Amino acid sequence: MTIEIPTPLRVYTANQSAVAVDANTVTEAVSALLARYPEFKKHLYTPDGKLRSFVNLYLNDEDVRYLPQGEESAVQPSDTLSIIPSIAGGGLAVQAGAPSA
Amino acid sequence: MRLSQQVYDALREHGEQTYPHECCGVLLGRFTSEDGRSVNDVEDAIRAGNTRTDSAHNRYNIAPHELVKIQRTGREQGLDIVGFYHSHPDHPAQWSPTDFAEAHWIGCSYVITAVEKGAARQTNSFLLTGATEDDKAFQNETIEVTGQLDPGLEPELKADIA
Repeated sequence: MTIEIPTPLRVYTANQSAVAVDANTVTEAVSALLARYPEFKKHLYTPDGKLRSFVNLYLNDEDVRYLPQGEESAVQPSDTLSIIPSIAGGGLAVQAGAPSA
Repeated sequence: MRLSQQVYDALREHGEQTYPHECCGVLLGRFTSEDGRSVNDVEDAIRAGNTRTDSAHNRYNIAPHELVKIQRTGREQGLDIVGFYHSHPDHPAQWSPTDFAEAHWIGCSYVITAVEKGAARQTNSFLLTGATEDDKAFQNETIEVTGQLDPGLEPELKADIA
């Protein structure tokens, strides 16, 4: 199957936008990715091993969190697993002209 | 970051159309390098829906499934997600603590347009720098608008004149 890598994390996959792995489940696919690119792990999981709250895993068009089998869902060679950090924010701006960093 | 006048106008108009709610969208393009500095070269601005209907006047959220589709569309065109845009209705075009806390796409441009009483005013861009969540930071970023009718005018001045 193919794992699509979002732009900010490609630095950890030798700039590859997609990585092909052999796997039977989502968990196996992620494990294969991390075995090949160990530096990727801390960007995906918290130190205590939980998927970071802002990271979304999509199996084709389905949120893995809401699949009946979750990360143990079966995958096919033709499937695509997308790693998608969330996008949110808005309003209540800091004072104009304030340092930005 | 660099974008065409057409794309620049489009993302600002989006903010006017959704006022008094925040608009949001994705910037597709290429990561390029010029004179040793990285430039996010935007080809297209893709409108996205704001899922924060509970507080759309000061919050935005793009549904992940929409991001997946936009990323897929971009790939088919040879483009990457290089940034995002949203509006601040009746607030300055400065990033907010919420913007910073919710920013996770390091290396991408976060464009904010202030929309005052329905009219787009200042548009600023902030590059999310760093290597991890622990050392990320927003850095002011110059917006280079190409194909301007009058290159002698700053985008903000043009907006005011318009």
